[in-house]
Amino acid sequence: MNDTLLRVEDLRTVFRSSAGDIAAVDGVTLDVPRGKTLGIVGESGCGKSMLSLSIMRLVPNPGRIAQGRVMLDGRDLAALSAAEMRGVRGGDIAMIFQEPMTSLNPVHSIGDQLMEAMRAHDAKASAAELRDRAVEALRRVRIPSPERRFAEYPHQLSGGMRQRVMIAMALACKPRLLIADEPTTALDVTVQAQILDLLRELQAETGMSVILITHDLGVVAEMADEVGVMYAGRVVERGTAKDIFEDPQHPYTIGLLGSIPRIEEERERLLSIDGSVPPPFALPSGCRFNPRCPFAIRACTEADPPLRELAPGHRAACIRAPVELALDIAA
Amino acid sequence: MGRHAVQRLLMAIPVLLGVVLVGFLLMQVVPSDPALVRAGPSATPDVIAAIRRDMGLDRPLYEQFGLYLWRLLHGDLGVSIINNVPVMQELGNTVGPTLELMFASLVWAIPIGIALGTAGAYWRGTVVDRIITAFAVAGGSIPVFFLGLLLIWYVGFKLQLLPFTGREGPLWTADGLKAIALPAIALGGTFIGPVARMTRTAVLDVLTVDHVRTARAKGLGEFRVVTRHALRNALIPVVTLIGLQIGFLLGGAVVTETVFSWPGVGRLAVGAILSADFPMAQGTIIVLSLGFIIINLIVDVLYAALDPRMRAA
Repeated sequence: MNDTLLRVEDLRTVFRSSAGDIAAVDGVTLDVPRGKTLGIVGESGCGKSMLSLSIMRLVPNPGRIAQGRVMLDGRDLAALSAAEMRGVRGGDIAMIFQEPMTSLNPVHSIGDQLMEAMRAHDAKASAAELRDRAVEALRRVRIPSPERRFAEYPHQLSGGMRQRVMIAMALACKPRLLIADEPTTALDVTVQAQILDLLRELQAETGMSVILITHDLGVVAEMADEVGVMYAGRVVERGTAKDIFEDPQHPYTIGLLGSIPRIEEERERLLSIDGSVPPPFALPSGCRFNPRCPFAIRACTEADPPLRELAPGHRAACIRAPVELALDIAA
Repeated sequence: MGRHAVQRLLMAIPVLLGVVLVGFLLMQVVPSDPALVRAGPSATPDVIAAIRRDMGLDRPLYEQFGLYLWRLLHGDLGVSIINNVPVMQELGNTVGPTLELMFASLVWAIPIGIALGTAGAYWRGTVVDRIITAFAVAGGSIPVFFLGLLLIWYVGFKLQLLPFTGREGPLWTADGLKAIALPAIALGGTFIGPVARMTRTAVLDVLTVDHVRTARAKGLGEFRVVTRHALRNALIPVVTLIGLQIGFLLGGAVVTETVFSWPGVGRLAVGAILSADFPMAQGTIIVLSLGFIIINLIVDVLYAALDPRMRAA
């Protein structure tokens, strides 16, 4: 048993269109360490949600996984039958989503939805047993009076409570990996903090790994052990949280960090990255970030740079990294 | 939920009043004189005038309507101009068979329509889906009288399998069941297509929403996702649409009853209108409209049963 739980290798997810295949995820390679949290950061449209759906093999039509492997503990998920994959979903890998308001079915009670998740992975359990386990699952995510909440419907709960129910449902079958896709984005700030605390406590209790997908660097800084930065369907920088926050190397990461407000620093204005993520059907030639990059040189428009190891475990896809050097030359 | 139903019930009263008024006014604009019909072709002007006075037709319109309404409140819809039978009595005799026909048509058509629509959504984009869609479009496009005539000609007349005129007793007897089979197949047959198409669309709509993704992420199979998570939610719009369609089915029932000589309100209405039997025609309009209103009430209540969010409202 090594210390990598999930390995994504050269994954490419494409959408069929009249203009040919469009890649939402384009050659992504990532490791998720056992028991740790991997934060995946990027702006909207960078392919981070598609990456998580690809891992679950839940890419919506007309999308499909065109290439690459997803290995869970050495088992290639792409090679599993549909029935085996259903056992993985919710069993080995569980997922929670951004919108707790719409992610639960409004016509079934919370208890029913929880019990359904459990029954899907344990056909032998009796109704009474499932009920007890469902109430226990609600208690574990700190929902007050779980016996009463059990019979309630999603519309009777607040956003934070619904996200707790989602977490309870995700953890119902003790998954080894939890994929949390923007779990706090739709919530109030105080509720966000509570949900993050809860996730951290549950991770410590169960020892599961977490992939935390977010555009919020504050959330990543608080939660993640390791970080992958995604841009236009690619991972452009990968390292420990310390690497990324203290010594960012890719100009895009530097730009993202520059756009978080800090209290201790007085700044005239927040730095922002000009322009926006190019859509997958209109990618620039060479490095995908070059039109927005302050460090870009001609060579950046000629070839798309691969991830390059700059320090043990810290890699960036930039020919100008380390940027300190580039700055020296510029000066 | 009880309060919800009572509210809807109260809201139905002004609608019903409107229907009575429109029915009454319709009879006023028809270019035929009830007194003339009553008196017959050989009556003298004196007799006609006497009859007109007798029927209250010489009074102002609002007085006539007030009187009509007053009698209606006392359960009196007048008597037939043609055969002097009280309208209420005729309606009482025909409502049962019409309800029977509606029930016998819907009881098989709705489940089959919903099942076909769900199957189309489950096998979306495949040959199965295309066959079901083609069948649904064709079925929904055939006029009920044509389907009825086809059934009469082939099943009833050529093959001699089933009777095709009249009613032979209540639904639960073998003869009654045989007699209602063809009209119910004709009327229900035109209903399957629309229900199947509505269900397919609604299920496909629900399949794209977030909570269906959650259901898949839990590891549920596609069959369970479609039936439990998509169909149940899709039934909310489908029930509404079915309710509206049943209103049109009442129109279809008028035609079906006429084609199969089914002794229901529809055939009574057609007969009354053709023979200018004003009170009878007015009575059948009220009953058919009342049916429409009651169906909508049932839909409203069902809505609340299907969608827990409606129960509090």
